[in-house]
Amino acid sequence: MRINAKTTQKIAKTIIWTAALLVLAVLFSIIIYILAKGIPMISWQFLTEIPRNMGRSGGISSSIVGTLLVTAVAVIVATPFGIGTAIYLTEYTQESKVTRIIRFSAESLAGIPSIVYGLFGFIFFVIYLKMGWSILSGGLTLAIMILPTIIRTSEEAIRTVPQLYREVGFSLGATKWQAITKTVLPSALPGIVNGVILSVGRCVAETAAVMLTAGSTLRMPTSLFSPTRTMAVHFYILAREGISMDNAYGTAALLIILILLINVGFNMLVNRFIAKGR
Amino acid sequence: MKNFKENLSERIFFLLALSALSVLALITVFIFIKGVPIISKVGLKNFVFGMKWAPSQGAYGIFPMIVGSISVTLGAAIIGVPIAICCSIFLAEFAPETLRNIFRPAIQLLAGIPSVVYGFWGVLFIVPLIRNYLGGPGLSILAGSIILAIMILPTIISITEVSILALPRHYKDGALALGLTHWQTIWFLLLPAAKSGIVAAIILGLGRAIGETMAVIMVVGNAVALPESILDPVRTLTTNIGIEMGYASGEHQQALFATGIVLFIIIMIMNATAQYITRKK
Amino acid sequence: MREQSKINIKNLNFYYGEKQVIKDLSLEIPKNEIFAILGPANSGITTLLRTLNRLCHLTPEARQEGEVFLDGKNIFDSDVSVTELRRRVGMVFDVPTTLPMSIFDNVALGPSLRGIKSKKILEEEVEKALRMSALWDDVKDRLHTPAARLSGGQQQRLCIARVLALEPEVILLDRPCSALDPISTAKIEESLMQLKEELTIIIAPHSIQQAGRIADRVAFMLMGDLIEEGPTQDVFSVPKDQRTNDYLTGRYG
Repeated sequence: MRINAKTTQKIAKTIIWTAALLVLAVLFSIIIYILAKGIPMISWQFLTEIPRNMGRSGGISSSIVGTLLVTAVAVIVATPFGIGTAIYLTEYTQESKVTRIIRFSAESLAGIPSIVYGLFGFIFFVIYLKMGWSILSGGLTLAIMILPTIIRTSEEAIRTVPQLYREVGFSLGATKWQAITKTVLPSALPGIVNGVILSVGRCVAETAAVMLTAGSTLRMPTSLFSPTRTMAVHFYILAREGISMDNAYGTAALLIILILLINVGFNMLVNRFIAKGR
Repeated sequence: MKNFKENLSERIFFLLALSALSVLALITVFIFIKGVPIISKVGLKNFVFGMKWAPSQGAYGIFPMIVGSISVTLGAAIIGVPIAICCSIFLAEFAPETLRNIFRPAIQLLAGIPSVVYGFWGVLFIVPLIRNYLGGPGLSILAGSIILAIMILPTIISITEVSILALPRHYKDGALALGLTHWQTIWFLLLPAAKSGIVAAIILGLGRAIGETMAVIMVVGNAVALPESILDPVRTLTTNIGIEMGYASGEHQQALFATGIVLFIIIMIMNATAQYITRKK
Repeated sequence: MREQSKINIKNLNFYYGEKQVIKDLSLEIPKNEIFAILGPANSGITTLLRTLNRLCHLTPEARQEGEVFLDGKNIFDSDVSVTELRRRVGMVFDVPTTLPMSIFDNVALGPSLRGIKSKKILEEEVEKALRMSALWDDVKDRLHTPAARLSGGQQQRLCIARVLALEPEVILLDRPCSALDPISTAKIEESLMQLKEELTIIIAPHSIQQAGRIADRVAFMLMGDLIEEGPTQDVFSVPKDQRTNDYLTGRYG
């Protein structure tokens, strides 16, 4: 039997719509479920008290602080390297063997599993550089992990800046450095910020790599050399070892809210401040 | 003076650009230094094809985990790839503007959810579903595959969509002008033309699946044995490291790094293939 | 060399790789006049304009022979600062290229690149430049809104203001009105007529008529060759070369 083209199209369209709606449904079911179970657990005490009794009671303040510090270290270290690499690749070289090697490295790094970053961070930062399980070890490990993301998003953002903008810069008497900082980077800023924000989200969500490098203590960190247990690791341990389902839900809900805020917050940031010149 | 400043800035950017390469080199060197001794001690063949993993008895064979990793990844591919491609066609061709504006950020969000949360959701919903309706312990290859299928969606969807949208507009106009239906245009023209991008997307997605740790740990059961069906529990290369790194020391720890080496090599091969495919185009 | 000639081009050849786009061109451009360079597409006019402030040297395979004197100094000499040259010889492109920032920041970009930091001086310079390009009254109340919200004609006048803020001696305009409507075009032409009191203007007009309306002198180029050059009246009424005549009467181009 020959099915005519119209019928085929109808069937195909139905399948595609079903798949798309299914994905949306799964996503929302995960988010809504976690939020519904977790939000009631979030209270002022939950946010401000340190965990007690292995996390069975008390809050998660030390994990929140640990998460923020580890993320901050990672982003502060990775951003200059990432943007610098992107600028070098786009503004200072033609395609050559060197750029191919750099790009190959960045893309390879992007594919390395976080558990392998964890192994490396453990052997290199924790053991070899004697930083121990600490915020610094965890942050530096994550910095390496997000480096390729920042390179790629910055490079794309810089590449989409029209060549004409550079020429405007040069025609106004800019040196190369001035053309980059005054015309190229401001135009590429939303894209670059997007990459950084994306990386912040990844750091907050990451578990395997920080578990092996930042440790799992529940004490409030006192310096960058303190070990810490980030929220994602805390959630993992609570859920896996069945210590406290309530606190696990609460932590997970907080993680998801944080990720949502980071995503939404980025859009607002771009619309309000950065894109004001557009 | 000005030239000096310009040259200096170029040097600095070059040094920054070397960061990716040097870090990749460092990772390779350190993982290998730590893992290779144990491989040479037990022998490469015994390590890769050995059936028994019993660190307390000095037995280090990771073949069951290799099988575990490959089976959950294949499962994820079978479930996830068709759905992902449907979604990218939906985004690139069919979605009404409003739905597209919901769908895109939703996919981005999907990528942002911590992997532990996926694992947790899997334990709560997928595992009982499998145990009650299909039998077995529930913690299984199938559960791992379903969770990974969801997790690799964003990677495959975004790259596939980009490669469909990157096709020249006149391809589509030309085909529609010849009287093909919208679907025929997609099936006979757009998808074949975007093929290399789609293949690269799939490989990268599978790379992500094979490297995923935390979500998988929670749903696959982690038993070190060769699975006989998709309802059996398995242990993957990543979960082997994730579970035992916390307390391993000495040779045991080296063996986990050696597991990492195997994983690293598999991933590098997949990456290089994906990069080769995209570059050939 | 004429006494008042601002730019003197001598035997200029220009190549992109193997392709020669300007062939042995010599031309004198007098001070305080509007000089129009006419010709069909691919005549080398854009390249010629971009040579005068060495902007074409951004293209890696570009190379030139010959000399271009600006006030008697060869701009290709090794002791010439390219950035300084580009400040003296400003450029306006064919499509309005406002940068994604506010109106004020667009105009202030040139002076701030020159190292001027004082807010007060910048404000003065911006106002002066906007007045010269006849845009001040349109935008004085919204200097800190995005430049992209201006109309196409206003954006192009903003680009002219941005160049004027450099206080250049010469401005190059490469088909500045090709993307604009007639009313905006008229406004820009009007400001150019006033500006020539203070500086030298070299324009690639987007039409023969535009050259007729504003230019004191015109040159006609065809496929990299300079065919003829002279006062607008003379060239338009009695062209010396048949090819110029053909172009002006619409046989090609």
